[in-house]
Amino acid sequence: MGLRELLNGVRWGVHPHDDHKRPAADVPLRVMPLPARLCVPLLQHVGAPALPVVAVGERVLRGQLIAAAQGNVSAPVHAPSSGVISAIGEVTAPHPSGLPFSAITIELDGKDEAGEPLTPQVDPFSLAPAEVSQRIADAGIVGLGGATFPSAPKAQLGLKLSVHTLIINGGECEPYLSSDDSVMRVRADEVIDGVRILMHATGATKALVGIEDNKPEATAAMRKAAEGFASIEIRPVPARYPMGSDRQLVQVLTGKEVPSGARTASIGVLVNNVSTCAAIHRAVRVGEPLYRRIVTVNGGAVAQPGNVLAPIGVLIEDLLRFVGLKETPARLVMGGPMMGVALPHAQVPTVKGCGGILALTAGEITDTAPSACIRCGSCVKACPMGLLPLELSAHIHAGEYDKAEAKGLDDCLACGCCAYVCPSHVPLVQTFYHAKGEVWKRAQQKKRTEFTKSLAQARKERLEREARERVEAAARRKAERAAQQAAAQQAATSASANTAGGASA
Amino acid sequence: MILQTVASPHARAGESVSVVMLKVVATLVPATVYGFWLFGSPAFWLWLITIASALAGEAVCLRWAGRDPVPLLKDGSALLTGWLLALSLPPWAPWWIGVVGGLFATTLGKQVFGGLGNNLFNPAMIARIALLVSFPVQMTYWVVPAGAPGLLDGLLITLGHIPVPDAMSSATLLGHAKTDLARGVDLLHTELPGHAFNWVGARVGSLGETSTWLIAAGGVALLTMRIITWHVPVAMLAAIAVPAAIGHAVDPARYIDWTTHLMSGGAMLGAFFIATDYVTSPSTRAGQVVFGLGCGLLTWVIRTYGGYPEGVAFAVLLMNALTPAIDRLIKPRVYGRTFTGKPASVQKGKSK
Repeated sequence: MGLRELLNGVRWGVHPHDDHKRPAADVPLRVMPLPARLCVPLLQHVGAPALPVVAVGERVLRGQLIAAAQGNVSAPVHAPSSGVISAIGEVTAPHPSGLPFSAITIELDGKDEAGEPLTPQVDPFSLAPAEVSQRIADAGIVGLGGATFPSAPKAQLGLKLSVHTLIINGGECEPYLSSDDSVMRVRADEVIDGVRILMHATGATKALVGIEDNKPEATAAMRKAAEGFASIEIRPVPARYPMGSDRQLVQVLTGKEVPSGARTASIGVLVNNVSTCAAIHRAVRVGEPLYRRIVTVNGGAVAQPGNVLAPIGVLIEDLLRFVGLKETPARLVMGGPMMGVALPHAQVPTVKGCGGILALTAGEITDTAPSACIRCGSCVKACPMGLLPLELSAHIHAGEYDKAEAKGLDDCLACGCCAYVCPSHVPLVQTFYHAKGEVWKRAQQKKRTEFTKSLAQARKERLEREARERVEAAARRKAERAAQQAAAQQAATSASANTAGGASA
Repeated sequence: MILQTVASPHARAGESVSVVMLKVVATLVPATVYGFWLFGSPAFWLWLITIASALAGEAVCLRWAGRDPVPLLKDGSALLTGWLLALSLPPWAPWWIGVVGGLFATTLGKQVFGGLGNNLFNPAMIARIALLVSFPVQMTYWVVPAGAPGLLDGLLITLGHIPVPDAMSSATLLGHAKTDLARGVDLLHTELPGHAFNWVGARVGSLGETSTWLIAAGGVALLTMRIITWHVPVAMLAAIAVPAAIGHAVDPARYIDWTTHLMSGGAMLGAFFIATDYVTSPSTRAGQVVFGLGCGLLTWVIRTYGGYPEGVAFAVLLMNALTPAIDRLIKPRVYGRTFTGKPASVQKGKSK
């Protein structure tokens, strides 16, 4: 344990020397002018994709519902501006595979005409918690920290499981990103109001806002906004990646650990991101659906890095055109450098969970061919979950997936700390991604095999039963026939006896 | 634009394996150069021969394995192995000691296990022990650091063309103490050859042994560069010092004091540079403490009760053999799980 870890009481994770957050974090928030076209994806959350409720050629207004939620865990999608629907079809997904996914394309008319607000404005605290959740659901709010779990079912779950504490995640531990920082600086009052509304919706009596200590301006702004609300506490936390991970933040703020395989709600806490809280404020107070968000555009290739208020569904190329490029980026990343996804090209739309777009230069992405593991243990020291990445990786390479599972493969957050610190550049986290997929595939295969087996078993039983029934039926028929014959014989003999008797009589 | 797509993370901490190895080598330079000055050019030639042999052994094995040796030699691990071995040899040892040792270290000590990262034992130490057991006379022939010969004379000494005068040889401090104790002369009446606290290191010993202060300074540099952590060195030095202090307090005639223990033999080199070897030491902090304690305690036990005056190499190798067991038994607790690996129990809400 080094001195810093000793002072912080945080022994896990990594501390990048340069977090690359400045100057993007310090330049004023800019509003992006409307592009000519937006591609609004139907799946911007975990759960079922939204179902389009508009047709091609139809004109839509800003805030109008264009796709409705499908199922319990889902979120509706709204038009970010006014225009005409030009297509409902597939565009490239923000995923390294470059595979397509469904989106609604809107040709904007530039008038940015607003539709009706979703709900009448009333004091949210006079509403029942269920009604507040309904408003959150109607506005299509999902977790804006990147996990994109729909917020309404989460709040309802909190209510059901008697959550007592809300943890508000202002960690934003990924290098380069500052969109949450920006929200807390510019919209601290909205965030605090959102926290209060969420407390009302979940029944929590306390809220702890964790902000990394590298954001003093945000902490000051939030402290000021939270004045007078005794149940909301602003707590600076050490700047250490992955502080923004819910499990780590819960541990630092409450001293409790979330049991393996359980949800945070199982220990009575619920984690929500600060940007989500600001969106909840707008949804419940103003009736404004989630159709835009603050996106950090950063990276060595960007001419004017900073935070941009952009409509959801804007193509990355339009966003990059707005901030300007100094050089052709070597890699485009959606999200931060630690967990973000590399994009196949720039004709990809943003989604609700997108807090940052990075245009990285070749110098920023040091890709080196992996060499042999020297067992230095850096990965062990860095793992925030207490796993042994080198051992897990060795098991996976030996094909021993069950051993890797027994040693906590499922506990891996895929935060990337191990791969970040590895001097041999062993692709550790990529190995775990692969292994998780493999384990899932094997589980599916096993399920299928068992299902097939059960079908075969059922067939066997059915055939046996049928055969048995046939035999029984045959036996029964035989017995009946025998009985009939016997009866007939009996009758015949008795008749003959009678006649004989009669004759004898 | 078409971009290359890859998985996260998209950033990396700078240190590569070769940078780590070269930093370790750099911290050894002051002690090595000082050793050359102290023992003269034979020490330099032996150092050169040992490193060249270690590199050659590695290159030949890699070539046989069908791999390109050049990029793999650049990782610096064979260089470091040869260097550490050279520092643990008698400075005036003949050339073939360096050749046999260097080749042994990287071939039988490392490449037969599968190369970097796969060897169970520290290659430099296993080579040193092989030499000590095979060639006990040459491996315990120590010279007094005085009258350092010139470069050419030194080369002739190393090559065996000039016999070394007997008057120049002597036992090391620990060796002298061991011999006297064996003869029945107690430590209060023996005359040790120089004191271990001799600041200039002008006493008998291996190339990198007598300049203890420079070795320790190199170790501190490794700590500040965060290449090693305190766990192994502190545990090892403490486990040598504590039993030594107790023994000396109980019977100063039979037990050497703890400062002499720490300052002589391979204690410092072992604690900072040998036992901290990534490949052959445990990977968890707690495991490293156990490992360091074991190395230290075994060193003291071998030095005090064993047949050899010096025990660091044996102690490290014995603990290397235990490393897989330590790694198996001592593991960090996984977040959200108990020490046995079961998921922690769930307490329902409103507990506060």
